[in-house]
Amino acid sequence: MSRFLPWLFVALLTSVPLWLNDFYVLHVMITTGIFIIAAMSLNLLLGFTGQLSLGHVAFFGIGAYTSALVSLGFEVHLLPDFTVGLAPKPVWFAMLCAIVVAGLTGYAIGKLSFRVRGAYFVIVSISFAEVVRLVALNWVELTQGPMALNNIPALVLGADAFELSFLRKPAVYLLVLATAVACYVIIARLVNSRAGRAMIALRENESLAMSVGIDVTHYLVVATVVSAGIAGMAGALYTHYIRIVDPDIFLFIYTVTMVIMVITGGKGTLAGPIVGGALFGFVPEALRAMAIEPEVQWIIYGVLMVAVVYFLPRGIVPAIEHYMSGRKRSPAPAASEASQK
Amino acid sequence: MLELSDLVCRYGKVTAVKGISLKVGRGQLVALIGTNGAGKTTTLKAISGLLPAAGGKIIFDGQDITNASARKILSLGIAHCPEGRHVFPYMTVAENLEMGRYLRRDWEEIAKDLARIFEQFPRLAERRQQPAGTLSGGEQQMLAIARALMSRPKLIMFDEPSLGLAPNIVELTFDIITGIRDTGTTVLMVEQNALAALEMCDHAYLLESGSLALSGSGRDLVDNPHVRSAYLAG
Repeated sequence: MSRFLPWLFVALLTSVPLWLNDFYVLHVMITTGIFIIAAMSLNLLLGFTGQLSLGHVAFFGIGAYTSALVSLGFEVHLLPDFTVGLAPKPVWFAMLCAIVVAGLTGYAIGKLSFRVRGAYFVIVSISFAEVVRLVALNWVELTQGPMALNNIPALVLGADAFELSFLRKPAVYLLVLATAVACYVIIARLVNSRAGRAMIALRENESLAMSVGIDVTHYLVVATVVSAGIAGMAGALYTHYIRIVDPDIFLFIYTVTMVIMVITGGKGTLAGPIVGGALFGFVPEALRAMAIEPEVQWIIYGVLMVAVVYFLPRGIVPAIEHYMSGRKRSPAPAASEASQK
Repeated sequence: MLELSDLVCRYGKVTAVKGISLKVGRGQLVALIGTNGAGKTTTLKAISGLLPAAGGKIIFDGQDITNASARKILSLGIAHCPEGRHVFPYMTVAENLEMGRYLRRDWEEIAKDLARIFEQFPRLAERRQQPAGTLSGGEQQMLAIARALMSRPKLIMFDEPSLGLAPNIVELTFDIITGIRDTGTTVLMVEQNALAALEMCDHAYLLESGSLALSGSGRDLVDNPHVRSAYLAG
């Protein structure tokens, strides 16, 4: 029974464009969906390996810029008589490039920064995002700097009569939904594998994980590459939907939004980022729709966030699981305290 | 089987182990005793590759394993059961044991070892689907020992196995360790409970502030006046 529930949920979401005529609501669902994908990728690092990447938006932004540049084509003069150029490529190819480039960046960052852990990793990741933002802002020849890259083509599949154009919202919506499902399956497979067990082990006790023979750094790098690739894909979806990208995409606030989604939903659970993402994706829009003053809107947002963290410190999904299992069996254990006895 | 020569370990500028040489013979139970800060735990960590050695050599089965990776050392057959009975609290008992055999792929033998462990530790069998954090202190210690055994080591190292356990559990733990030695696995044990350790071991080393102070059979050390006054209180 509960095995079919997720698929029923996906089927319900798939049917949304059939009965929903409000394009504004559809737009909110698309951007929320893109952020949910990004939050899922962050959850892989934060929730399963326990490393807080506060520069996660860098991978998202690198995906967005890569996809935009490959689909628009570019020409830069690196030396007085040395030019690198690229003719415009199809959008699907550009999106693949976004995943690859973001993944490679993840590899480099993982290799470099997992020499340090904890607070140091947080600092490295923030600095990295800030450096990338400054590059995007100042390398005007490549990125147009603050003038932004405009007229980014939308995804078009097939040709002529069978053309499936993702200029229209319902098509983009379905694309985002399909990507989200695929990313969910990839992450679920990964964390339930041998590699996933190793990641959880190193989150729980790194030196113990080492002593049972887990190559800790190796698995951290694997997690970072997968996480960065998925975040890059989310960035590419965003870029071809909004069709404009500027350096503000690297702002710290986007990382914070992702972290909020993961923490409130429940880090280290597969459904957590989806629940948290849906909640904090829709709430601002719902409040706006209720025509409350903007100031009040953000106060409510903040209060809601504090309330969730205060009353459900482990997140919404673990709280629901706890409640459900509490009704079936004896209450779930309060794990680590018992080890102090 | 295991030989340390002039092992030196540093934490930054502090030298915790100042040139220790010792030998562990095949099938022996060797105890490393000494006060807090004598360098016992550091020595074990250097052997299992969790800490780099700043100098000296570690030879295991004729192979130089100084500064090899923890993974390599484990695969050669040295298991480390760390201080404070560490388990993965949010993983079940079965998953913890699975982590113990992480590097092995000989599935049939693994199944046999698992069956043997559940036979030896019936409590763990009963609770195999329970998160390890919900076990009692004694059960967690059993789990930590069982997990170390799951790698089917040639040499197993215990760091303070009696720490924080009830007296009857301490006795049980020591019985299990002696039992492991009796089945042919070499044991190197760090222990603060000097009398118990000296009584059960084949050979003992006394560490004092990072250097070797004494060595001999357990009996020799128990009879030594210095050991008597400083460690056995009487």
